[in-house]
Amino acid sequence: MSGVTLSNVQKRFGAVEVIHGVDLTVDDGEFVVFVGPSGCGKSTLLRMIAGLEDISGGEISIGGTTVNDVEPADRGIAMVFQSYALYPHMTVEQNLSFGLRMNGKPRDDIARRVTKAASILQIEPLLARRPKQLSGGQRQRVAIGRAIVREPDVFLFDEPLSNLDAELRVQMRVEIARLHKELGTTMIYVTHDQTEAMTLADKIVVLRDGRVEQVGAPLDLYDDPANRFVAGFVGSPRMNFMAAKVVDTTPGSVTIETDNHGSARLTLPVRQAFQTGDAVTLGIRPEHFGGPDGDGTRLTVNVDVAEHLGATSFVYANMATGEQLIIEREQSRSEMGKTELTITIPPARAYLFDSAGDRIR
Amino acid sequence: MRSKSQTTLLRTVGLHAVLVPLALIWLFPIWMMIVFSTQPENAIFSSNLVLLPSDQFANNFALLQADTGFLRTVFVSIVVATVYTVVSVFLTSMAGWALARYNFAGKGVVLAIILGTLTLPYFVVVIPQFIMVARDFGLGNTWFALIVPPLFNSLGVLFMRQSFSMMPGELFDAARVEGVKEWQIFLRVALPMARPTIAALCIILFLASWNNYLWPLLINNRPDMMTAPVALGSLIGLTRVSWGGIMTGAVVLTLPMLFAFVVLQRHFVAGIAAGAIK
Ligand SMILES: Nc1ncnc2c1ncn2[C@@H]1O[C@H](COP(=O)(O)OP(=O)(O)O)[C@@H](O)[C@H]1O
Ligand SMILES: [Mg+2]
Repeated sequence: MSGVTLSNVQKRFGAVEVIHGVDLTVDDGEFVVFVGPSGCGKSTLLRMIAGLEDISGGEISIGGTTVNDVEPADRGIAMVFQSYALYPHMTVEQNLSFGLRMNGKPRDDIARRVTKAASILQIEPLLARRPKQLSGGQRQRVAIGRAIVREPDVFLFDEPLSNLDAELRVQMRVEIARLHKELGTTMIYVTHDQTEAMTLADKIVVLRDGRVEQVGAPLDLYDDPANRFVAGFVGSPRMNFMAAKVVDTTPGSVTIETDNHGSARLTLPVRQAFQTGDAVTLGIRPEHFGGPDGDGTRLTVNVDVAEHLGATSFVYANMATGEQLIIEREQSRSEMGKTELTITIPPARAYLFDSAGDRIR
Repeated sequence: MRSKSQTTLLRTVGLHAVLVPLALIWLFPIWMMIVFSTQPENAIFSSNLVLLPSDQFANNFALLQADTGFLRTVFVSIVVATVYTVVSVFLTSMAGWALARYNFAGKGVVLAIILGTLTLPYFVVVIPQFIMVARDFGLGNTWFALIVPPLFNSLGVLFMRQSFSMMPGELFDAARVEGVKEWQIFLRVALPMARPTIAALCIILFLASWNNYLWPLLINNRPDMMTAPVALGSLIGLTRVSWGGIMTGAVVLTLPMLFAFVVLQRHFVAGIAAGAIK
């Protein structure tokens, strides 16, 4: 068992730098999720930890040992790939045992590990089949089984569920969480799906364009995002952003007025100093709008589309400027069919961001 | 207005009206080869066209065997083609693997040279090759010279390279993470997965060697190393051409290959498609 430390890790492909100095500590036994949009460098970072990509700068250590120049097989890691990467010409059992056999492990040891992995993943009935004869979910289990038989210190997952349909994805997500509880091993998990990140992680690392935007527990990221990017990425549906201007300042607070939605005014406590006229962005999550008689600033919006899911409804209010509001309403049957909706923005739930996207506190 | 099935029928008839004559034109020489292998020697010169087989096959074959020791030359051809195919598949696979999976200095140049040799006609190469092997190296009339110089096969290298580059890289990454050595990855993962391509390549290489006439003719004049096509060629003398023997030998050399091709055709086509299109 061991933790993983990255210090100032960089990666260049030729002249193009795709990872710009990442610092990160993964504790022993922790479940860490790298999340970020496609192309932000999640896979590259994971493959550098695995040893499949050279490190252009900085240092990676696993279990306290620097592994920059250590072969992948000697790093104490096992990796599960997005495409499963099962050997098509081998049975499930051969797939599980291949690496061990090639490394000359004793037969009874191999048999013991394969049996154990198969029973953890409940794939015993599939051992004689070939990958072609398995469903997507079963292939995924075999791929995970192939990682388990290595008895690694650190598991690496690269978007393992992205090829599954929605229902299976939820099911496998629960299984991976169970696996982590059972094995207690350090796991680093890459996904572009924020729901997966929120549900699985002890700690989330939000990446954008090869930089770490924020590191924290899932609910900390939700409650206290460091910037507009993280605020928009964590939570579903995403946070609403409204363009606004500073209209008044006092020491310790600022009053803003939204550009759209009938110029709603809102006074928020901030430590940062502002000038009247500064452009800011107001953020509020769909689930945090209040009803017509709630606290805070009142706002009337035109309903474009309303989706009624039973327990909750989502109301979409588009502005001519392209700004869109998504409002989540519970117990909203009485509001069905309305073309106008009055809501309130509770100041305690509002976030402010400056024009660079950083959080204003 | 025509119904849909009428249109389909018309199209089928039209297609067959073109394809059937083409097939017959293609089959005619093969049919005549069979016919003359069963006719007496002089039937080919008879004034009225002979279109049907007769019963002289055994006779013709006995003459052929007496003239050339034909069975031994067939045996030599089988040995040469088999060794050639096995070794060449192995070499082209390794070269294709290196070109598909590793980056090294000069890789582009190597690829360009291999591609370039494809554009050279065989006849441009064969004479310098002969001079080099026979005169400079003094290797004429050796098994080595008979088998080795044609071994390097750029088409095979490109074929195998294509097949290996189509395989998902994560598969080999997975093996690498598991501590599988590079040569084990090649032998135990990549080669088995390339089986359809290798099957197609085997057929191509075996046929190429089986049909090769010019190189064995040039490099060898030892009777015990003579290959079957060269033996047939030797029946064309200055004053007399033994057509019965040639046709009989041609039948013996062609029909097994034709049969094998028909049986293996599915693999063959699948393999070429896998190498070329995907
Ligand atoms: N082998 C490579 N050569 C050049 N650029 C690469 C290579 N692999 C990835 N990249 C680039 O690095 C960036 C990050 O890629 P990746 O780590 O795969 O993103 P993610 O997994 O987050 O979607 C992308 O811009 C991608 O184009
Ligand atoms: Mg990726």
